[in-house]
Amino acid sequence: MSYEPVIGIEVHVELATESKMFCGCDVSFGSPPNTNVCPVCLGLPGALPVANRRAIESIMAIGLAFNCEVSSRSVFHRKNYFYADLPKNYQISQFDIPVCHDGYLDVVVDGETRRIGIERAHMEEDTGKSTHIGEGGRIHSAETTLLDFNRSGVPLVEIVSKPDIRSAAESRAYAQSLRSIVAELGVSDARLEEGSIRFDANVSVRPTGAEEFGTKVEVKNMNSFRSLERAVDFEIRRQIDLLESGGTVVQETRHWDEEADVTHSMRTKEGSSDYRYFTEPDLVPMVMGADWVDQVRSTLPELPSERRRRYVGLGLDDDLAGVLSDADVALREIFDESVAAGATPKPAALWLTGEVTAWLRREEKDSSSLELDGSTLAELIAIVDEGVVSASAAKEVLEGVLEGEGSPREVAESRDLVQISDTSALESVVADVLASNPEAVESYRSGEQKVVGFLVGQVMRATQGKADPKMVNELLRTALSA
Amino acid sequence: MNKPLHDLSIAEAGEKLRSGEVASSDLVEAVIKRAHLTEAQLHAFLTLDSEGAREAAASADDDLAKGKDRGPLHGIPVALKDNMTTRGLETTASSQILAGYVPPYDATVVTKLRDAGAVIVGKTNLDEFAMGSSTENSGYGMSFNPWDITRVPGGSSGGSAAAVAAGSGLGALGSDTGGSIRQPAALTGIVGLKPTYGTVSRYGLIAFASSLDQIGPLTQTVEDAALMLETVWGHDPLDATSYSGEYPDPSTDLDRGVDGMKIGVVSELTGEGYEPAVESAVSEMVERLEGAGAEIVELSLPTFEIALSAYYLIAPAECSANLARFDGIRYGLRAEGATTEELMAATRAQGFGPEVIRRILLGTYALSAGYYDAFYGQAQKVRAGIQEDFARAYSLVDALVSPTSPTVAFKAGDRVDDPMAMYLSDICTIPSNLAGHPAVSVPIGLDERQLPIGFQVMAPALGESTMFRVAAEVERIASFEARAQIAEVVG
Repeated sequence: MSYEPVIGIEVHVELATESKMFCGCDVSFGSPPNTNVCPVCLGLPGALPVANRRAIESIMAIGLAFNCEVSSRSVFHRKNYFYADLPKNYQISQFDIPVCHDGYLDVVVDGETRRIGIERAHMEEDTGKSTHIGEGGRIHSAETTLLDFNRSGVPLVEIVSKPDIRSAAESRAYAQSLRSIVAELGVSDARLEEGSIRFDANVSVRPTGAEEFGTKVEVKNMNSFRSLERAVDFEIRRQIDLLESGGTVVQETRHWDEEADVTHSMRTKEGSSDYRYFTEPDLVPMVMGADWVDQVRSTLPELPSERRRRYVGLGLDDDLAGVLSDADVALREIFDESVAAGATPKPAALWLTGEVTAWLRREEKDSSSLELDGSTLAELIAIVDEGVVSASAAKEVLEGVLEGEGSPREVAESRDLVQISDTSALESVVADVLASNPEAVESYRSGEQKVVGFLVGQVMRATQGKADPKMVNELLRTALSA
Repeated sequence: MNKPLHDLSIAEAGEKLRSGEVASSDLVEAVIKRAHLTEAQLHAFLTLDSEGAREAAASADDDLAKGKDRGPLHGIPVALKDNMTTRGLETTASSQILAGYVPPYDATVVTKLRDAGAVIVGKTNLDEFAMGSSTENSGYGMSFNPWDITRVPGGSSGGSAAAVAAGSGLGALGSDTGGSIRQPAALTGIVGLKPTYGTVSRYGLIAFASSLDQIGPLTQTVEDAALMLETVWGHDPLDATSYSGEYPDPSTDLDRGVDGMKIGVVSELTGEGYEPAVESAVSEMVERLEGAGAEIVELSLPTFEIALSAYYLIAPAECSANLARFDGIRYGLRAEGATTEELMAATRAQGFGPEVIRRILLGTYALSAGYYDAFYGQAQKVRAGIQEDFARAYSLVDALVSPTSPTVAFKAGDRVDDPMAMYLSDICTIPSNLAGHPAVSVPIGLDERQLPIGFQVMAPALGESTMFRVAAEVERIASFEARAQIAEVVG
C-alpha cells in the first residue's frame, strides 16, 4: 500500500519589540538571569498586564504578509496550566478569535509552486526558562531547577498552517520561506539558533487517496531547517513502518534527537490536557479598525511574489528571479543598489546568487556582514565589460573585495590580475610564441585553422592569464597571415 | 460639644488642619491610640504601621506649614485593606500562603493616597483573598463588630469597616467584588461605596475576580466618601480595564436633594430572608424620599433572582486562574515536595483556607471542558441579562434603592458551616458588580438590638453624581449620628 503524508506546521515567532507583551521590560537576549523582570512578568500579586500596541502591529504585519484576514475584534484568553517557569500559572494567549486567520503562503518545491494554507496567527506571551541542574540535565533527574524569567512575557506569535503539506521537503521549504518573510518584515530576529523562531510539525500518514486523516504526532525540538526536514522524514517513515507491520500510531508528542537522528516519545501526561480557556478579564478586546490595518499594510516591505515580478521586469528569467527573490535581504539590497549604480541586472543577480553566495557558504558567514555594496558590484561588472580583467580573474577580484582588500580596481591591481591590453607588449609575446612553435605555425599555414586555439593558450600561459584572449586571437591571426 | 479627634469626619478634620487647630500628627496619634485600645476586641488590623504613619504625618504637617496643601486627604489617617500592595509593608490578603510577603511596589491607589498627603495607619483584616462576608475566612483570625463584639463586622472588607466604625482611621479603602465594601459598611453603621468598574485602578489590588473587583472608600459620611473617591480614582495606564473618558464629579450634587428625581425600588430585593427591622427601615426611608419630592417607582428586575448563582460561577472561575500564581515557587509560603508538582500542591493545600479551596475547585470545575457551556457560559448570559434589566430600569428611573444586606450583623460562627447562608449576605449587592455599576450603602438606623441597618443606592455606570445626590439626601433624612460604643481596653 502507498501512503500520503499529511503535515501541518506550527511556528512560534518571538517578536523583536522594544518591550515585553504586557509590561515595559526589555526583551534583549542574553542579559544576566532575572534582570529584565518586573511585578507583571514575574506574576507578583496585584500586577496587571497591558497589551503592547507595537506587538499587535507586528502580528498584523505578519498576517498581512501571509495573506491573512485581520479580525476587526480579537480577544485574549487565559490558557491555564501549572508550570514552574510560567509565573501566573496561566499563559495569556488567544483562543477562538485570533488576530489573523485564513491566509496562505506559496512555496516552490522542485520548481513547482504549492499553496500552503495558514489557519491562524495569534498573539501570546513566552514563558520563563528552566535550567535543570543535576544528572542528565533533565527534569526528572534534576536536583535543582533554576528559573530565569527574562523571557517571561516576551511577545510570541504562533502561526498555524493548515494540514496542506505533503512531504518533508515541502515542510522545509515552507519553514524557510516563512522565516525569510518574517525576517524581512523586521518584526523578529527570526534566528533558529537563539530560538527566536521555532518550528513544530504535526505529522500523520494515510493511505493514498483516503479522505480521513491518520492519527497525528507532534514533533518538537528541531533547531535547523535541516533537522526539521529530517525529523519529518523520519516520522513519516516511522509511521508508515508501524502501519505496515500492523501497528497503530499513537497520538503523542515526540522529541527530535539530533544526535541519534530519530524521534523519541516524550513522557506523556495522563489523559489529555484541559487548558480551561476563558476570556482574559484583565485585558479589553483589541479592535483592529480598517484605518489601523491600512496603516500597517502601508508599512509592509515588498513581498516575494511582488518582488519576483519586478525582477522579471528587469530582464531576469523566471528561475533567476525566483532564486534572487528568496535570497537573503542583504543580497537583495546589494542587487537593487548595483542596478541603481548602473550595473546590468542579470550579471549582478548571477554574481550575488552564484559566487557571493558560494563564498558565504565557504566562509560560513552571514550575508548581513558582507563587505560589499551595490556600487562595488557595479564596478566589478564594469571592469569585466571593459576588459580590464577576464571573467575568470574577476572571481578572484571578488574574493579580494569580500576579504576587504579594497575596490575591484584596487584588488585587480594588487593581485596583479589586470589583463594586458597593451598591443606592443602582447605583440612581442606573440612573436616569441610563434618562434618557439614552428610546427604549429606550419600546420596553420597548411590550412589547420584550429591550431590558433593552441597558440592562444600558449600566449595566455606566457602572460599568466592576464592577456585579453580576444586581442591575442586577433594578433595571432594577423601575425600568421603576414 | 467637642468630638474626640478619632470621631471626626475627614471633612471636619480637614477644616481643623487648615485652621491650625490640630496637626496631622495629633490626628494620627489619636487614631493609633484608639486602635491600640480597641484592637484586642476588634482585630481590625493585620499590620499597624505606627512608625510609618508618624513619619507621614510629620511630613504632611511640614508640607502644610510650607503652604503646600495636597488636597482633602492631606494629613488624614486612613486604613487600607490588606489586599492592596504596599511597598515595604507586609501584604497577605489574609492568606497564610502570603505570610511574610513584602511587596516591592505600591498599588496605584496607594501611590495616589501618598501623593495626596494621606497617612496610611495600617493594613486591615479581610476574608482570605476577599472571599467571604464576615472576615471569618481570614487566615489570621476574624475581626469583630464594634457595635457588638459577639458579631461579625461583615466582609470581606470587615477590618476596614470595623476600623472606621471604631475610629481607628478616619476613612479606609476596601475592595468590593460582590458587596465586600457595602455589606460590612452596612453592618457597622458607616458609608461604603463601590464605584463604577474601571474608575479606580486595580493595579496592585490582589485579584479575586478581575471582572468584578473594584476598590472604594469606607467612611463616616457620604461627603467623605466623595472626597476619598476623588482622590483615588482616575485613569491608570497600568490597568488595561481603567476608564479613560471623562469622570463625573461626585460632589456637585450633594446638596441638591431628590426633588423631581425618579427612584426605583427593586421588588426582587425584599421578602423571604429579609429581617423585618431591615425591611421596615428601608420602606420608611423610601417613603421619606417620596416626601422629599422623589417619585417612587416599583420595578421588577427578574434576573436579580439568579444573579447570585451567576456570580458564584463567574467569580470562582476567575479566581481559579487568579490564585494559580500562589504556588510556592517565587514568593510566599513554600511547602516541601519531592517534585515541583508536589511542592506546588502541598503549598496550596497548606496555604489556602477551606473557603478559598472551595471556590478554586468550583471555578476549575465550571471552566472544565464539557462543563464550560453549562456553567461559565450560562453565567455570562445571565450577566448580560442583568445588564439588560438594569438598562431597562434606568430608562425609567434615575437611581435604584434596596436594603444593602437582608440582615443586620449576625453572630460570629452562625453561618460558618452554611456557605449558602453566607453567600446570601450579598444578594442585594451582587447585581451592581455584575453590571459594573456604582452603588453605595448609607446607614439609616438601628434595629431593636442597636445594630446598624444599611440602605443601598444604585446608579448606572458613571452615574456617581446621581448616586451621591440620592445618598446625601438619605443621610440627611436618616441623620444617623450614632457611633459604636466600644469599651477601650488596654490590649
